[in-house]
Amino acid sequence: MAGVQHIDQVTRRRVVSGGVRWSWRTNGGKGKLRKVLYGNEAIALGAYQGGVRVASGYPGTPSSEILENLARYEGVYAEWAPNEKVGLDVAIGAAYAGTRALATMKHVGLNVAADSLFYAVYTGVIGGLVIVTADDPGMHSSQNEQDNRHYARFAKLPLLEPSDSQEAKDFVILGFEISERFQCPVLLRTTTRIAHSKSLVEVEDALLPTRETAMPTFKHVLSDPGRYAMVPANARRRHVVVEERLRRLGEYAETCPVNVVEEGGSLGIITSGISYQYAREAFPTASFLKLGMPYPLPRRMVLDFAAKHNPLLVVEELDPFLEEQVKLLGVEVQGKRYFPLLDEFNADIVRAGAAKAGLAAEPDGRTESAPSVTLPVRPPVLCPGCGHRGIFYILSKLKIAVMGDIGCYSLGVAAPLAAMHTIGCMGASTSVLHGALKAGAPEPAVAVIGDSTFLHSGIPPLLNTVHNASPSVTIILNNRITAMTGHQENPTTGRSLQSEEAPAVDLEAVVRALGVRQVFKVDPYDLKATEHTIECALAAREPAVIIAECACVLRERKQYTPLAIDKDRCRECGLCLRLGCPALVKGEESVIIDETLCTGCGLCSQVCARKAVIAR
Amino acid sequence: MTPSMTKKADFLLAGVGGQGIILASEILSDVGAAAGYDVKKSEVHGMSQRGGSVDSHVRWGEKVYSPVIPRGEVDYLLSFEMMEGARHLPFLAPQGVIIVSTQRVPPLVVSTGVAAYPSAADLLAAYRARAREVVAIDALGAALRLGRPQLVSTIMLGALSTFLELNEGAWLQVIEQRVPARAVAMNLDAFQAGRSLAVGVV
Repeated sequence: MAGVQHIDQVTRRRVVSGGVRWSWRTNGGKGKLRKVLYGNEAIALGAYQGGVRVASGYPGTPSSEILENLARYEGVYAEWAPNEKVGLDVAIGAAYAGTRALATMKHVGLNVAADSLFYAVYTGVIGGLVIVTADDPGMHSSQNEQDNRHYARFAKLPLLEPSDSQEAKDFVILGFEISERFQCPVLLRTTTRIAHSKSLVEVEDALLPTRETAMPTFKHVLSDPGRYAMVPANARRRHVVVEERLRRLGEYAETCPVNVVEEGGSLGIITSGISYQYAREAFPTASFLKLGMPYPLPRRMVLDFAAKHNPLLVVEELDPFLEEQVKLLGVEVQGKRYFPLLDEFNADIVRAGAAKAGLAAEPDGRTESAPSVTLPVRPPVLCPGCGHRGIFYILSKLKIAVMGDIGCYSLGVAAPLAAMHTIGCMGASTSVLHGALKAGAPEPAVAVIGDSTFLHSGIPPLLNTVHNASPSVTIILNNRITAMTGHQENPTTGRSLQSEEAPAVDLEAVVRALGVRQVFKVDPYDLKATEHTIECALAAREPAVIIAECACVLRERKQYTPLAIDKDRCRECGLCLRLGCPALVKGEESVIIDETLCTGCGLCSQVCARKAVIAR
Repeated sequence: MTPSMTKKADFLLAGVGGQGIILASEILSDVGAAAGYDVKKSEVHGMSQRGGSVDSHVRWGEKVYSPVIPRGEVDYLLSFEMMEGARHLPFLAPQGVIIVSTQRVPPLVVSTGVAAYPSAADLLAAYRARAREVVAIDALGAALRLGRPQLVSTIMLGALSTFLELNEGAWLQVIEQRVPARAVAMNLDAFQAGRSLAVGVV
């Protein structure tokens, strides 16, 4: 194992000579190091080895661990931005200054950052800029399964798609090189099964091909505002550059080292990303055109491959992105006729598609037999002791319509609380409520949004309710952390990604500064006060905000004193079970409290009419 | 990889968020890599601390393509909770082995009385109907005797190690690297406890 591990122990020498120059060396390792890495760890390593200087992004599954890992490397500046657009603009600024930069986000985050993506392609960059979009086919943790490969075609920039962790690392470095050679941002697209899978990565002994990071400077923008200031006259000239560059990128794609043919039998498969791995497993003897850089499409390569192979298939998750472009070349090819449009793939799904196409035997069905027992479902739930539970219990009790948002608290949608009725995207809650109120919907309704989501994109909607006067109530669930994605720092936490102290934003001051006059603070573990506060806010008939202060129970790690049930008093009325707390279990004679889960938050003792919840 | 080693081994670890599935699969991946296999592993993060079902696929082979194991190819199914493994029975190979911890964690639909938890007899029958061998162990009990419920994952790996042709040292070395220094001794004991439980020497 001696030579296998310890990339973490890389040391770095800092040489100051006129400016800042960086060089890297390993800690005495001999030969190649081999390590099992997540795709996200590999991207961080690739960015570090590629000499990235500035990295910014917003947490979002499955992208969050990239910056968390990158932040640990010395000499790299990495930050959490309040949202993806801010993050991308930050990275663009660093690339304008001539240094290598990285922006990371989940697929829907690129929607938020799309405005910036498009102008950055027009202006182009000086330092290499790699934008990571982490897609989520199968929607393990997302509101849709959009296929962000379309953004490459839409915004006219090159697309790289790694198929394992080794490529994830290598493609980041290649991305920087392509970006600098063509002075254009590069989109690197991963999916959940790349980001959150581990595979072996070979790491060179000399960690960095000692790349001298250019001196950061404003001289590029100072000397060429015609390129960087996108007023229409300049943008018209830049559009010509964008189209000409795309043509040159198409030429480059023909010889790009990550577009490769793997010769096998007559069956030809065109594929990219994780789909390559599934197809390789399902068709061990086929020939493959594996596109590490699927956009712009290497047309001559495709035509050449098509001429030599028959039948020809495209295997790709989600949309027929490659298939449609290959068909435009006049090539006879099949794809979505046999392989699904929905959900993520696996080798079984690819085999089933092959059987449908008459290229493989039907699955024998032996493995399809369902287990003979009925298994109760186990979806994720709000944690025992979670402060959001108090808010949702009261909203459910008062039968209030709840316009929700994106975060842990989206779990409030589940029974028995069932206290969230719309969930769309980051920051949608307050505006959806405002619109329904302006339309005249008469029922009591509120918006619910977390602290990080509020700062991400909840402020302009709240400003809108003030400017355009609606009697909307927005409840900010302030657990002082970005919890759902794994407890990332945000402007409320008082600390930055790289553990620097930072001013903790005062949400009340922000809300008042927007012009909200009705501002309430409440402890959501106090159900009576919570109910009263919600009723007061609804009665105000003007824009109101309730800030529910409840530090994340997973984050605080206090010593808890679990509660117990007095069996003689409990009549099993089920009132406490409506809290949906995992620590409360319906037993034979009474409800039982699981002492390993109970945090002693006391919500059940407040809802119990018979005072059956007691100290242990 | 030496010629005497099996060509591949696919492992599926299933349980509930917070049971240490990810740590166990990390150790298993590193052990495979140290033994010279190509290794891949895959799981879905994000929900792991929210009490939902969690599973992790670990694959060892000469060359591994898909990080997700196809149906009917899992050699070793490790169920960290009595019923969670049953969700993955279609993945088990005909000659597959199941190691199940008999701990029951009722999901919310069970604790609120909406649904029933299947009986141990029914679950074991379902496991036995599919597997070449089923090893049911009280891993939580053993972990609590050693002082920490978190030791379940190392105990499960200890039980698994009795089925694999790797020497014990390979496991112990990785465990030492993967767990915090103060917990090393405890985890080595847990590994041995798992081995004993699997061969019925308790």
